[in-house]
Amino acid sequence: MIWEVFRQERKGQPFVHGGSFHAPDQAFADAYAREFYARRQESVALWVVPRDAIHPIEEFPDEFDLKYRRVDGYSIKARLKEARARAGATEPADAEAPAQPASERT
Amino acid sequence: MTRAQAEPRTELLLALADDELILGWRNSEWTGIAPFLEEDVAFSSIAQNEIGHARALYELAARELGGDADSIAFDRRPEEYRCAPLVQLQLVPDWARTIARHVLYETADAIRVEALKDHEDAELAGIAAKIEREEVYHRLHAEMWLERLRSEPRYVEAVEELWPYALGVLDADLRPALAERVGRDEVEAVERTAPGEEFAALWAEMTMVRRSAPVGAQW
Repeated sequence: MIWEVFRQERKGQPFVHGGSFHAPDQAFADAYAREFYARRQESVALWVVPRDAIHPIEEFPDEFDLKYRRVDGYSIKARLKEARARAGATEPADAEAPAQPASERT
Repeated sequence: MTRAQAEPRTELLLALADDELILGWRNSEWTGIAPFLEEDVAFSSIAQNEIGHARALYELAARELGGDADSIAFDRRPEEYRCAPLVQLQLVPDWARTIARHVLYETADAIRVEALKDHEDAELAGIAAKIEREEVYHRLHAEMWLERLRSEPRYVEAVEELWPYALGVLDADLRPALAERVGRDEVEAVERTAPGEEFAALWAEMTMVRRSAPVGAQW
């Protein structure tokens, strides 16, 4: 029987897949998960899951190139450039001279 | 250092530490050849924990005896070790007997460590509490194997054989508790005596590097 282990490094962080191993039942799986993924305090919590309990989904058709659905569908860079051109500015604001002379800074 | 009796507290520390060191050593003989990979890693890890417990106990003993954990662990003559005969047995490649010893030892050790947690010596009680927190997981590991093997003839036979040795791990006053927990009648125990030939071979291997290196070598 194969078990998949997900581990959390710190409280509040997402669980990340750690690896998998063989074990005959939950008791063995728990013991091995503890030894493999937490004995050096590298995890604060583990999820020990029989592989059969995981339902994989791997097909995601995208036949019509609907890239406007994605957040990277538009280039923000190009739009910013256009906006600046309309406003008559050529440089971004942070490229201006420093507010204080260099000699007064520590 | 001689076999002559030290302070009772030091005697106790050495017996406990020697048990953990030698059991850790014996269990580590399975590293690389345990029945399957997952168990290999887990059992080796438990062996390392036992040696870690031994180290902490030796450090405490070193404050009275002088030296350090390494010098107490490795610089004594074979006849000066206090370990119980149970932990000295070389059981590789017999997994049934190995697990029988593991279960019996962890059960006996739990009784001993529980008693130590109430020891009048606060340091000893503190170290017992620390050991106990790790031993919980050793016991879980032992119990899951016990559940698997308890009615296997080879396992039953192994427990039969090792039972008198298991009693010898504990002082006489704690033995009735072990008999009750294991569900067996008390029999004549195999007591702690000067270790025999099987131990001498272990000692020779265990101390070989230490003996071949110049005194004070740093690693």
